[in-house]
Amino acid sequence: MEEVVDQSLREMRDTFASGRTRSVKWRKTQLEAIIEMVKDNEDKMCDVLFQDLGKHSTEAFRDELGFVMRSATTALNCLDKWVVPKKSNLPLLFYPSTGKVISEPYGTVLVLSSWNFPISLSLDPLIGAISAGNTVLLKASELSPNASAFLAKTIPSYLDSKAIKVIEGGPDVATILLKHQWDKIFFTGSPRIGKIIMAAAAEHLTPVTLELGGKCPTIVDHHSVSKDMKSVVKRISGGKWGSCSGQACISVDYVLVEKSFASSLIEMLKPMIRSFFGENPKESGCLSRIVNKKHFQRLARLLNDPGVQASIVYGGSMDEEKLYIEPTILLDPPLDSEIMNEEIFGPILPIITLRDIQESIGFIKSKPKPLAIYAFTKDENLKTRILSETSSGSVTFNDVMIQYMCDALPFGGVGESGIGRYHGKYSFECFSHEKAIMEGSLAMDLEARYPPWNSFKLTFLRLAFREAYFKLVLFMLGLKK
Amino acid sequence: DQTSKENNPASLGILARSLSVFAYVSVYVMVKVFQAADATDLVTELRRSFDDGVTRGYEWRVTQLKKLLLICDNHEPEIVSALHDDLGKPELESSVYEVALLRNSINLAVQQLKDWMAPDKVAKTSLTTFPASAEIVYEPLGVVLVISAWNYPFLLSIDPVIGAISAGNAVVLKPSELAPASSSLLAKLLEQYLDSSAVRVVEGAVTETTLLLEQKWDKIFYTGSSRIGRIIMMAAAKHLTPVVLELGGKSPVVIDSDTNLKITAKRIIAGKWGCNNGQACISPDYILTTKEFSPKVIDALKQELEAFYGKNPMESKDMSRIVNSNHFDRLSKMLEEKEVSDKIVYGGQKNRDKLKIAPTILVDVPLDSQIMSEEIFGPLLPIITLNKLEECFDVIRSRPKPLGAYLFTQNQKLKERFALTVSAGGIVVNDIAVHLAVPTLPFGGVGESGMGSYHGKFSFDAFSHKKAVLYKSFIGDAAIRYPPYSTGKLRLLKALVNSNILEIFRVILGLS
Repeated sequence: MEEVVDQSLREMRDTFASGRTRSVKWRKTQLEAIIEMVKDNEDKMCDVLFQDLGKHSTEAFRDELGFVMRSATTALNCLDKWVVPKKSNLPLLFYPSTGKVISEPYGTVLVLSSWNFPISLSLDPLIGAISAGNTVLLKASELSPNASAFLAKTIPSYLDSKAIKVIEGGPDVATILLKHQWDKIFFTGSPRIGKIIMAAAAEHLTPVTLELGGKCPTIVDHHSVSKDMKSVVKRISGGKWGSCSGQACISVDYVLVEKSFASSLIEMLKPMIRSFFGENPKESGCLSRIVNKKHFQRLARLLNDPGVQASIVYGGSMDEEKLYIEPTILLDPPLDSEIMNEEIFGPILPIITLRDIQESIGFIKSKPKPLAIYAFTKDENLKTRILSETSSGSVTFNDVMIQYMCDALPFGGVGESGIGRYHGKYSFECFSHEKAIMEGSLAMDLEARYPPWNSFKLTFLRLAFREAYFKLVLFMLGLKK
Repeated sequence: DQTSKENNPASLGILARSLSVFAYVSVYVMVKVFQAADATDLVTELRRSFDDGVTRGYEWRVTQLKKLLLICDNHEPEIVSALHDDLGKPELESSVYEVALLRNSINLAVQQLKDWMAPDKVAKTSLTTFPASAEIVYEPLGVVLVISAWNYPFLLSIDPVIGAISAGNAVVLKPSELAPASSSLLAKLLEQYLDSSAVRVVEGAVTETTLLLEQKWDKIFYTGSSRIGRIIMMAAAKHLTPVVLELGGKSPVVIDSDTNLKITAKRIIAGKWGCNNGQACISPDYILTTKEFSPKVIDALKQELEAFYGKNPMESKDMSRIVNSNHFDRLSKMLEEKEVSDKIVYGGQKNRDKLKIAPTILVDVPLDSQIMSEEIFGPLLPIITLNKLEECFDVIRSRPKPLGAYLFTQNQKLKERFALTVSAGGIVVNDIAVHLAVPTLPFGGVGESGMGSYHGKFSFDAFSHKKAVLYKSFIGDAAIRYPPYSTGKLRLLKALVNSNILEIFRVILGLS
């Protein structure tokens, strides 16, 4: 394995040094190939996603395949614009010098993706790396083995295999990869592993983008959205259970609502869940399963806490063999329980009641900064408070999850939820070094720039730096001391 | 080099000054030793101030920035004096390259802050989530740590602090202990002028820095060496703290034979010896030119060096000294290495007592010598000659990516090739180091020379979190978003995909 990695790295570095990946034409060819790959292999991709996660093909298409195609199309359409150097305006003091900023690829980059959206979380960063002109090695998660195998087998037949490589494996392979020097590392996963990645990157001064997670709270201000409550409930339910069964970094983790409305909310969620998944969600075919036994047992442990068990108001049934957990609602589980202190990443929805919805601000602030905050409210005052008093990767008002689709917005975390961002042009920037270029003129020269120093030169430069040009002129004319 | 101590007033002066600094530091240390609990308390206190909203408002930020301006206005002579104590820095360098640059930086921030703080609107037409609107809100990261370097102790301390404050953070500054007079002056002035509930200075060395690094910061901004940069990033990783690392490297200067040699030489000299005597992160480290042109380059350099510093550069007051004996010995060793010492074509004189080394030029030292393997950070300038100028690309590429790369030429094609293929933090054609003073260019490294950037608005960005905000309405809720997933829905999705990739999202998100 070490040899495979060594050889791959060498080949990618040589390819990068050859300059092939710098050409816009090459980048576009690769992006077109990605679109073609997804189109040609739709069924196979839906298949592996079903095998790894029990994802329904519609969900697979909506969340992963369609998303990837859109992302690649956007990059294709915008690449010519993105690669243009940005001209900088220089202060008059520097005339006639000119300045600009060129986006240059980092070089050879490493993408480590996650198991919950194994296709899109692999291909989307790949799209960014390629648009920016890098060579890239992708390691998909071993916890989604079918998707990982599919990518390893299929990518080489569509993309430039001397520049874009795929490697399979688990933590042992990751460890080998992390020993090497990369020009950038892009990681999607848990904060715990994120720390390990960053520490490994520190050895080589490798810049990192870490897309991590957190407990994404959802505020329901029932006073101001009472007219649209059905929509509110539908969106929350769709966001929680309709996308990988709650196993998403931007999933609705828990809901905050005023005590007076909690039971009404629950009574609206129940029929909504049934409308999605029928009376027997296990057989509906529309609910993804838990990825593996380890995560199943983790979720079971969260749920089996006596205080949490007592708070179950809907669902709660589990089937370890089928890796199935029923959409479950909790009402006020103990705040010090594990389920309220780690990212749930599963189909369990705690509802936390407050006396006043304004308390949601303080509640959210008491926890690490999440990747997203969702708030259903029309109260401008509450909106302002949420924006200015809480911190999160992003904030979405009156919907959930949807910010992911909006590629005009940067997607990334802050604090425990991550470092860096991507999507749209931010993906291009994520994998680029913004290099400043300044050009001076050899025609004009200022004597004051050069030693030996004297008080004339000192005054001259002081005035020049202050851009006190009028005073400077006076000074030069001897009319000012 | 053998100057008798007893008879030399200058070295006595240095000795006396060193003793007094030592005495001051000892008393300080005896009076208050910075301990782990102090670090924790400090961060807790600043976090409380931040959570209370002390630093968020526009008024507070502008007030602090204006106070920094007052420091520059009222205390320039003390700053110049401290820099002279620590580095022997000539008044002009202190006044122009530290104080004047800081003034500009502060003024720009004060002028532009309202603009910088305003959210970025996101164009409606680029949204696939219509009807909705979006913006990017700038918010402070929280409590940040700035660790600065010894070579430009005021500039490299206050410039990042300007960024931190403009962005609304609480900030702890740890200046370098290798410039002790500057460090203590910074501590005194910042405490005197700024809001100490949110801006603090911690003085000290490895112990204090280590204690600070154990804390959880919302950002760490470090200026210094690559070696320490690694340690900083590793400490930051424990808390997932984002970092800006402004490091260094060997910034090459490529000289083409078609250039105006006189101006080239002057700019190289001013950029090297005229900027803290070569002890700067973007100092021209070594020269690459053709074998044919090299003698002319050497002559031009010699001529201009003499014009700038006279026949006895060791006596010139227009150059900083070497910062301390450790660095002096490091540079001496470089010069004394076998096969290097005989390549000196100009200068080479040393005086350890005065911590001075004359401007020294060497030609064709071995490429694997120490002087060609690590950042020089001193007044030594090796010239490496090539058969063809194009070979410079291989030489530069074989070394870690530097912070700066310089080219002197009139050849447009060469300029383009250089800008495109040389990977460095920043590139300057036909000048040296000036990009540092341009607030509209991002200043930072790549690879070994660092990560992240600052200056101008880039400083504000460096200390901000750009939070994406999406405002959605309740209009439009396509069934296609939600279970149950019928084959009908899938068919519809696929048909949409095959017809128009953008349509699919408009459908999903409730527009069609």
